[in-house]
Amino acid sequence: MYLALNNRGNAVFNHPTFVLLMCSRSACFGSWHLARVWVCWWACLCLGLSGVPLVRAQSGAATGNALTVAAASDLKFALDELGPVFERQTGHRLKLVYGSSGNFYSQLLQGAPFHVFMSADEQFVFRLADAGLTANRGRVYALGRIGLLVPRGSPLKPDGELKDLAAALQDGRLKKLAMANPEHAPYGMRAREALQHVGLWAAVAPKLVLGENVSQAAQFATSGSTQGGIVAQSLAVAPAVSGLGSFALIPASWHQPLVQRMVVLKAAPPAAHQFEAFLASDASLAVLKRYGFELPALPAAMPIK
Amino acid sequence: MDTQALWLSFELATATLAVLLPLGLWAGRWLARARFTGKALLEAAVVLPLVLPPTVLGYYLLVALGGQSAIGAWVANVLGVQLTFSFAGLLVASVVFNIPFMVQPIQRAFESIPRDLAEAAQVSGLSAWQIFWRVELPLAWPGVLSACVLTFVHTLGEFGVVLMMGGNIPGETRTLAIAIYDKVQGFDLAGAHQMAGVLLVLSLVAVAASFFASARLVVKR
Repeated sequence: MYLALNNRGNAVFNHPTFVLLMCSRSACFGSWHLARVWVCWWACLCLGLSGVPLVRAQSGAATGNALTVAAASDLKFALDELGPVFERQTGHRLKLVYGSSGNFYSQLLQGAPFHVFMSADEQFVFRLADAGLTANRGRVYALGRIGLLVPRGSPLKPDGELKDLAAALQDGRLKKLAMANPEHAPYGMRAREALQHVGLWAAVAPKLVLGENVSQAAQFATSGSTQGGIVAQSLAVAPAVSGLGSFALIPASWHQPLVQRMVVLKAAPPAAHQFEAFLASDASLAVLKRYGFELPALPAAMPIK
Repeated sequence: MDTQALWLSFELATATLAVLLPLGLWAGRWLARARFTGKALLEAAVVLPLVLPPTVLGYYLLVALGGQSAIGAWVANVLGVQLTFSFAGLLVASVVFNIPFMVQPIQRAFESIPRDLAEAAQVSGLSAWQIFWRVELPLAWPGVLSACVLTFVHTLGEFGVVLMMGGNIPGETRTLAIAIYDKVQGFDLAGAHQMAGVLLVLSLVAVAASFFASARLVVKR
């Protein structure tokens, strides 16, 4: 390759611009000849690397263009069940990515290539819509609920009214409590509101272990290193988690509702709208309900244009 | 077992090596020989990615390469490649955070070659290319090899920068280290266990192999 370039490319190497460029650099490269070798190496490399995205794109096309969904992590188990059903029904491929709604919001603002955003808090969707990034203002797909998850063997009682939590704070049974980060995770924000509602926030704050998202908080809550955690019902009732401890709902009136809104991003393929319709179907709603989501009243479930 | 993430990590590590090896050979050799004021500062800059928290590096890369930055916008317009949340962006980040792992061992290797050796070769009529290829590189080979192994294994394992830059997209930016984090969050401890084991064994074997090879090369000399 180097020889071929050298034979054919002498004109390039003798071009005044190149000579000037290389003379100024020849001190660092050591010699003329070495400089040419380096340039050829880089030329080959650039050629080779420019092929990488092409090959990657082709291999992606061979498997069908996947629909990329950024989903709030409370949907982890429900969507893991619904995703394959959608793929079977429509033949589209889904890429489900779970995380904190607040993080997805910042990433989408930075141009993250997601097609559908399923937020645990509708405010993030509205802000994206105001920024002109979405196809419309989205649709409410569910209401989330929070509760106290207590792992097996914990001295804490699963008491949704948080009375035993207050007692455990007094008598020192509570060492660590897990919840999602209230700075950017909706479930963390609502957990903070509930704790503030019963006047426990100041006392609990030094004992908190914050998960990046509610799924991580649930993992912390059941890890055995904490006495419990305030997490999403949709995670606590999932088979992978429900065996690890017991769960009690916190009254919904203690915090702002977790209005979960999904939206299709502007650059999304038509399959994104199909996915939105799929999630509004009775079968999908039944699955969401089974995972502890409350369903929105019908008018709110209608698409808002 | 997330084989997609495993392959992605291999792809990223191989591509990083391809970009960084020529750069590292040139920079390491030059740093080993050059004497100038401000060299200490430049060497410090080379080592910086090693001591900076990966989140700091990741944050700066995200800001510098994002769609709103001048570089990010230029690359997106001219080459049509988005540098954040994409494999291309991950490759750029990976090249940056591996600079010390590639340059440092190569620099040390070239420093340990006596200078009069190259001069003797020059007097004997060897061209600069021949000196590099036939005299210096064989002597520096153990250093180059360990630089390659360190870069490769470090890319497989890097987490913080990839998390900040990548966005955890399967088949695009979800590397092995990110997939492990994801599995733990998703209560799939068995899956996390498997992948962590693969990474552990791979890293141990690669580093041990490079030590073994270097030892043999040194003895042969």
